[in-house]
Amino acid sequence: MTESPEKQRIVITGVGLASPNADNLIEFRQKVIDGQSGISEIDLRYVGRVPAGICSFAETKYRKKKENKRGTRAGCLGVYVAHEAINDAQIDFTEYDPNKTGVYIGLTEHGTVETENEIYNISQFDYNTDYWTHHHNPRTVLNNPAGEITMSLGITGPHYSIGGACAAGNAALIQGAQMLQLGDVDLALAGGISESTGSFGIFASFKAQNALAAHDDPAKACRPFDMNRNGIVVSEGACLYTLERLDDALKRGARIYGEIVGYAMNSDARDFVLPYGKRQAECMIKALDRAGLKPEDIDIVNTHATGTKQGDIEECSAVREVFANSSSTYINNTKCIIGHAMGAAGVLELAGNLQAFEDNIVHPTTNLENLDPMCNLPNLVQNEAKKIKNVRTILNNSFGMVGINSVVIIKKYE
Amino acid sequence: MTLEEIKNVIIEIIQDIDEDADLSSLNPKEALRDQLDLDSMDFLDIVMELRKRYKIQIPEADYPELASLDSCVNYLGPRLQSS
Repeated sequence: MTESPEKQRIVITGVGLASPNADNLIEFRQKVIDGQSGISEIDLRYVGRVPAGICSFAETKYRKKKENKRGTRAGCLGVYVAHEAINDAQIDFTEYDPNKTGVYIGLTEHGTVETENEIYNISQFDYNTDYWTHHHNPRTVLNNPAGEITMSLGITGPHYSIGGACAAGNAALIQGAQMLQLGDVDLALAGGISESTGSFGIFASFKAQNALAAHDDPAKACRPFDMNRNGIVVSEGACLYTLERLDDALKRGARIYGEIVGYAMNSDARDFVLPYGKRQAECMIKALDRAGLKPEDIDIVNTHATGTKQGDIEECSAVREVFANSSSTYINNTKCIIGHAMGAAGVLELAGNLQAFEDNIVHPTTNLENLDPMCNLPNLVQNEAKKIKNVRTILNNSFGMVGINSVVIIKKYE
Repeated sequence: MTLEEIKNVIIEIIQDIDEDADLSSLNPKEALRDQLDLDSMDFLDIVMELRKRYKIQIPEADYPELASLDSCVNYLGPRLQSS
């Protein structure tokens, strides 16, 4: 592989996250290795009791309760993880100009929660719109979570959201890398956020589609690749990375978690909800080509699989097609542990695997009691973590509705 | 409602907007914005809460009447008498 000049090489130097089972990277890594679930049960308006992932983190660590009340849950999650990422990267904005810092946030959707809440509010007043809140528009504009982050950190460079269904987190990571490569910014905060657990409509829609998971034990509700899987567990979550050009990161002596060496996005151009393995395989191959890597160079494939019948099979067919001759590639899934964090899913799941560069452990795919033969991938790491010789590359899949696919490849920086 | 009750309602609404605000030493004659971390959106919250609680519509032209605790009480007093 020919290496790009250092100004074109993009590295991850900081991670901030909120997952249903952790509020920082170290704890998160341990929990995914142990397969410790973050899924519980919530009682949702109109829908009732459903398994879901709710994050517990220090909501007032970086801004006042008043600001959390005014803003959105996505903004609250975003502000927390943005500060955590900046702190983790040891950036104090003396080395970077806030005007040359960009905030790129992947969202599956935004405004659904706020709109549902407001309709419920005016239902208490006979649907008189005089009681509709003035906070509605600033809360529901699509740039809301990114904008709340800039206000909290005093970042004056560009901020916007990337709408990419459940591929959005990866899409934002790609956007951040590209903006750095273009020289549009010198520092990027990129990743994804989801507040979807606040929306009854999202749960009800999955249920109507027969794609909402149910299980007596909420921790076992999300079971990708298992014969008895019965759908998605919706989670909230957020994960942001600080991205820098390699030369800048080296200059300031930053710790480097990994390098974004390959990425790709494509479209199924086919169906509103059904995924399509052929395009997913093409997307993985495109990312490998961009990275100058062969399938056998990939040590871990972190799958997108959500626990739906067809979705899991489609992805397994794609992984099988691309990695058929790669006996040293191990496969896992993170949603079985944390649920589907929608816009945050790709980046959060990547974070769960990132420290494999340090510990050489492939975290397990949990809740596998009866493996679906259609999902029986060689080297699928089942139920117990697996230590392998050397993890140098991770390929992260993230796909979404209306046929959007994203793949990111991260390489250990050596 | 008595004038004291109206004052307490305003304080309660502000406290709900900003739970961390110290309202114990508010000067009733001074502008609320000079003493507290309140902006125009917060004032709209006060107006909305009064609408929800007492079905009172406060026209935009009258917003300056809500500047201080005393002016709030003077403005709302006659309007909330029947409440």
